Amino acid sequence: MTDLIVSPTALGFAVVLVLVALGVNLREKIGLERDLVVGVLRAVVQLTVVGYVLTYIIRVDRLWLTALMVAIILFNAALNARKRANGIPHAFAISLLAIGTATVTTITLLVVARAVRFTPSQIVPISGMISSNAMVAIGLAYRSMNASFHDQRQGVMERLALGADLKQASRHIVQAAIRTGMAPTIDSAKTVGIVSLPGMMSGLIFAGVDPTKAIMYQIMVTFMLMAATSIGSVIACYLAYPGYYNDDMQLK
Amino acid sequence: MTALFTLDHVDYAPGGKAILRDLTLTVPEHAAITIVGPSGAGKSTLLRLLATLLTPSHGTILYRGQPQTTWPHPQYRQQVSYCFQQPTLFGETVQDNLSFPFAIRGQAFDAVKAEAALAAVDLPESMLKTAITELSGGEKQRVALIRNLLFPPQVLLLDEVTTGLDAVTKATVRRLIDQWHADGVALLSVTHDETEIAAATTRWTLRAGRLEGQDD
Repeated sequence: MTDLIVSPTALGFAVVLVLVALGVNLREKIGLERDLVVGVLRAVVQLTVVGYVLTYIIRVDRLWLTALMVAIILFNAALNARKRANGIPHAFAISLLAIGTATVTTITLLVVARAVRFTPSQIVPISGMISSNAMVAIGLAYRSMNASFHDQRQGVMERLALGADLKQASRHIVQAAIRTGMAPTIDSAKTVGIVSLPGMMSGLIFAGVDPTKAIMYQIMVTFMLMAATSIGSVIACYLAYPGYYNDDMQLK
Repeated sequence: MTALFTLDHVDYAPGGKAILRDLTLTVPEHAAITIVGPSGAGKSTLLRLLATLLTPSHGTILYRGQPQTTWPHPQYRQQVSYCFQQPTLFGETVQDNLSFPFAIRGQAFDAVKAEAALAAVDLPESMLKTAITELSGGEKQRVALIRNLLFPPQVLLLDEVTTGLDAVTKATVRRLIDQWHADGVALLSVTHDETEIAAATTRWTLRAGRLEGQDD
């Protein structure tokens, strides 16, 4: 395990990699220098803080503290998903409900199946993994819905004019949005092992776990993320689409 | 006898920009009214207000003596059917379009009924499986029209539905509309077509959002 320790000096040298990215940006005039610097600083600060917090939470091993940490993860994920909502009413509440349901349902199933234990060292990282994937899926689904309700405005109006209710008039858009939200998870499930060696599996192998056992865990994570993104996208899309209409069943 | 529609001091002014001003009028049952006027006079807006696709900024619209809002919107719109000037077809095939009216009524698609409707507008019955990208403008317009009429409404609101059609297709559509009217469907049509205007029995003229004339 000592092989895994990255010394502050080694981390300092890794900054050279950031400088390479910055250099490429400046030379090609891409204009992302500020975002790169902010990204690096935030990653260092956030991860350092969370490292100490996780150490504390794992050490004291209290249920309420684990629950609080999960709640903070869900809150931040919902806040981030809302940024993609671009005017969808109640986007924060919808995102929180969708990500919360996806995370809690998936974790409950895993705990009941004894695939994971209800300890902070397992629950907190898995909550983070699930909610971040659900957050990305919901963000993509929101963007897809916004684009479709804008581009297909007349098609929706024609469905309404034929006497469709809101669900019937929006179904094709909601379905496309759910597909868009789930696409990255499905694509990554299709290519896992042949293109990418995902973080969790790589981490376990790094830590000296037998690769066949690491793979079992990765299969579980893949299934877990599929469930979470589908639950999250479906809840978010079906709660969000009525927000595109007014009380007279007209497009806003 | 109760009027089909009664408009009482109806304004439509989204964002303060007046499109229709103080419209007060009555549409009798079984009417066939042709609405004319220059572009921007508010003709399409009037039809969309009648279809509840827009809501008046001020004033009330009664349908058969009751405020429009007393009907559930889907049921109302199935009775008062608005046909778009340049319709959008749904999905990928003609069947995707003609199955929609069945789906929204919770009914199974009736291919025989759909094929009969296609034949009524001089389209081949085999067209159900045709991709909508392969249809001409006239074919699209006719598919859209029968989409509105597979379950006959009480009122048809026709927004320049023959614009851009060739003379033969226009005559087919016109003949069909007359047939629907004879079967009891009330018509309110917006048109710029001189032949249709000349043939109209009742003609209303809208100008700058106001009703200027009603000729019978």
